[in-house]
Amino acid sequence: MKTPFFKAALSIVRKDFLAELRSRELVGAMGLFVLLSVLVFSFALELNRQARAETVGGVLWVTVVFASILGLNRSMAMEREQGNFEALLIAPIDRAAMYVGKLIGNYVFTVAVSLPLLVVMTVLYNVAVITPEVIGVLLLGAFGMTVVGTLLAAMTVQTRAREALLPIIMLPIVLPVLLAAVRATNAILSRAPLAQWSDWLLILVVLAVIYLVMCLLTFGFIVEE
Amino acid sequence: MTDTALITIRKLVKTYGALPVLRSIDLDITRGESVALLGANGSGKSTLLRLVAGLSKATSGEIRVGGWELPREAHAIRAQIGLVAHRTLIYDNLTARENLRFFGRLYSLQDIDARIERGLARVGLAKRGNDVVRTFSRGMQQRLAIARALLHDPAVLLLDEPYTGLDVSAAEILDDIVLHSHTEGRTILLITHELERAARLAGRVIILSKGKVGYDGATPSDLPAQYRQIVGTVSAG
Repeated sequence: MKTPFFKAALSIVRKDFLAELRSRELVGAMGLFVLLSVLVFSFALELNRQARAETVGGVLWVTVVFASILGLNRSMAMEREQGNFEALLIAPIDRAAMYVGKLIGNYVFTVAVSLPLLVVMTVLYNVAVITPEVIGVLLLGAFGMTVVGTLLAAMTVQTRAREALLPIIMLPIVLPVLLAAVRATNAILSRAPLAQWSDWLLILVVLAVIYLVMCLLTFGFIVEE
Repeated sequence: MTDTALITIRKLVKTYGALPVLRSIDLDITRGESVALLGANGSGKSTLLRLVAGLSKATSGEIRVGGWELPREAHAIRAQIGLVAHRTLIYDNLTARENLRFFGRLYSLQDIDARIERGLARVGLAKRGNDVVRTFSRGMQQRLAIARALLHDPAVLLLDEPYTGLDVSAAEILDDIVLHSHTEGRTILLITHELERAARLAGRVIILSKGKVGYDGATPSDLPAQYRQIVGTVSAG
């Protein structure tokens, strides 16, 4: 009687991709924000090569986190506009499947915008940002942020000041992820050995797991009245 | 619960903070019955509908649909419920067929394509099935919302002011669905402010006032007069 978990989650993912493919609202807005953001940082921080290498990690992650917030707000707005969230709530699916479906979509959109960002930053900052290690940290950090962000966006979408509320609530909670990701990225860019940044990587993994378990357990309570 | 009751509500209470919205409601609604839920704004109609749909939790009391109890067996109940509200609950950026296919998957329907075609034909949208919903008029979107709500052939169809923004032909389609619900064995709970329409479509009327059942019985021949009298009487009390 209940729709299988992954069938329901993948249906939501497919629906989000299809809607985005048609409108390009979400990735378009996120992509434009990312581009403008790194350009502004590039002009604002007229740095020497040494200083660039030290700040590029911070610029990368601040840009990713705000682009992610922009995307999360838009993604949940799509569910709110015609009351679609209620259509999901009334369907015989697990609340956690709803969460996982939205999470996968949000994560893919965040990564889809963040990876080209590495190319732009390499050109603008003249620092070799495109390395397997940085990409690995990016995938892990973006996951941790999206895990929390998807839950919080589902919560704030039901409020009047939703666009303003999400960053206010989300930033303090994702701060540990942001900190670990910036430290790991900076260490990688300064060519530090793995031993010096593996702890940050471990923290990212642990945080992602803790956040994911907590969000899966609490999503049902948050979306229900 | 009576032998034939599909929806059973016992001592249902709903409060928002200190504000009581529903005060000890008792109802039995049988399979195939068309019930108009009437009352002034704020009388608790939509709250009652949301509680039956499992979209809201009761403060106390019991709701059973098809023998299943809310909220413990909500999954079983959700599969039996269709909802048409004044908002369409469909995705603007998808086509009509994509919308229905998405909801068909959420309900694990086996013969999705056949159901989609039947649903679109029933609401007169077969030729617009591949068009993106945002190009539809409000009336067409609401017609698609009706097709979505009926896609999984629910035993209970909840209609919360579904005539809002409907054009004449779409309203006639919905009228036809409500009128034929008995032969299809489908129970209808209809919230509307159109008393004449309620009198024409529903075999039973429930009038809520200040969270209480003011009238529950066969549709009276002089519903508008009865409505004013009952709502006034209960409100005064």
